[in-house]
Amino acid sequence: MSIFEYNGSALVAMVGKNCFAIASDRRLGVQLQTVATDFQRIFKIHDKLFVGLSGLATDAQTLYQRLVFRHKLYQLREERDMKPETFASLVSAILYEKRFGPYFCQPVIAGLGDEDKPFICTMDSIGAKELAKDFVVAGTASESLYGACESMFKPDMEPEELFETISQALLSSVDRDCLSGWGGHVYVV
Amino acid sequence: MGDSQYSFSLTTFSPSGKLVQIEHALTAVGSGQTSLGIKAANGVVIATEKKLPSILVDETSVQKIQILTPNIGVVYSGMGPDSRVLVRKSRKQAEQYQRLYKEPIPVTQLVRETAAVMQEFTQSGGVRPFGVSLLVAGYDDKGPQLYQVDPSGSYFSWKASAMGKNVSNAKAFLEKRYTDDMEIDDAVHTAILTLKEGVLTPAEIEDYLQEVE
Repeated sequence: MSIFEYNGSALVAMVGKNCFAIASDRRLGVQLQTVATDFQRIFKIHDKLFVGLSGLATDAQTLYQRLVFRHKLYQLREERDMKPETFASLVSAILYEKRFGPYFCQPVIAGLGDEDKPFICTMDSIGAKELAKDFVVAGTASESLYGACESMFKPDMEPEELFETISQALLSSVDRDCLSGWGGHVYVV
Repeated sequence: MGDSQYSFSLTTFSPSGKLVQIEHALTAVGSGQTSLGIKAANGVVIATEKKLPSILVDETSVQKIQILTPNIGVVYSGMGPDSRVLVRKSRKQAEQYQRLYKEPIPVTQLVRETAAVMQEFTQSGGVRPFGVSLLVAGYDDKGPQLYQVDPSGSYFSWKASAMGKNVSNAKAFLEKRYTDDMEIDDAVHTAILTLKEGVLTPAEIEDYLQEVE
């Protein structure tokens, strides 16, 4: 079993009309055994910026702590919140620092940039950014998620419809993956 | 070298609570060539006198106003070689910021880091403070900004300021002439007129004023 599949995870983010949604499953496992059903994988950096971390749970937690640290210092120094694009560049740089001993995480970043324009992106565990205009997925259920999102996604959805779409995409995908599931967390901003 | 009784840091406090070397550094700045900056509504102007020691000097090789990033420039008063070191360090810091955040560095951040470098040299062993004051002019999301950084490492934001020789005349002139809603062209004009107050010869003024018009 790969290190990325040790704990099991499912993450998806979608762009709507002046809004975004980010969702994750709630299972924390140790290989085949489920250990928790309320595990948090999506974290708030500031009111308009959320980051989800799939992959190894310990790395997700540590990486989140490091990112919050960097963002807090940025806020103090620059007296403003980080834009999502800037944050994505920062995450990419932090991941690449550990190029030869990486964090086993795949982050999904979702936020509202200037004039509330939604921004989503994902990257691999060593910081290769992948921007998208519609949706991004990560985790053990990513293949199912790609299929579900591709068929269910429509551009410019309002928040309520976006919520329904992302929830259905998440739930149907994790049902096909034994390592993720046990409900979901959805954030719509 | 050796263990002289007086081999302490150049920047120990005097009994009156001053750092004498910094005072001397400010004197060095005060006897340097005049430079000034004016913040307009849609940009910032920085200007300096470029008096060369002899007509044989190749004036195209002398660059007193330097670029730190595509939207931040700097001019100095005081010791040229010291300013070059600071420009080099500031450029590197700006590039590091850009590399990390993929965003141009805000003016305040660059000024803060430059000032921190200058302060380091007032509290380290075996070095002396920089003999320059810098006027950093930049344009970012917060609009046009003008900062002065002193050898002590303190920095101030100005609407208009001058440094070097003749600074009191120049500042008085700027106080009279400055308005908050100046456009860049007005600011350039005012900058040249300010430099004229005891710096450029009447013939040079005519040339520049003609260029501006």
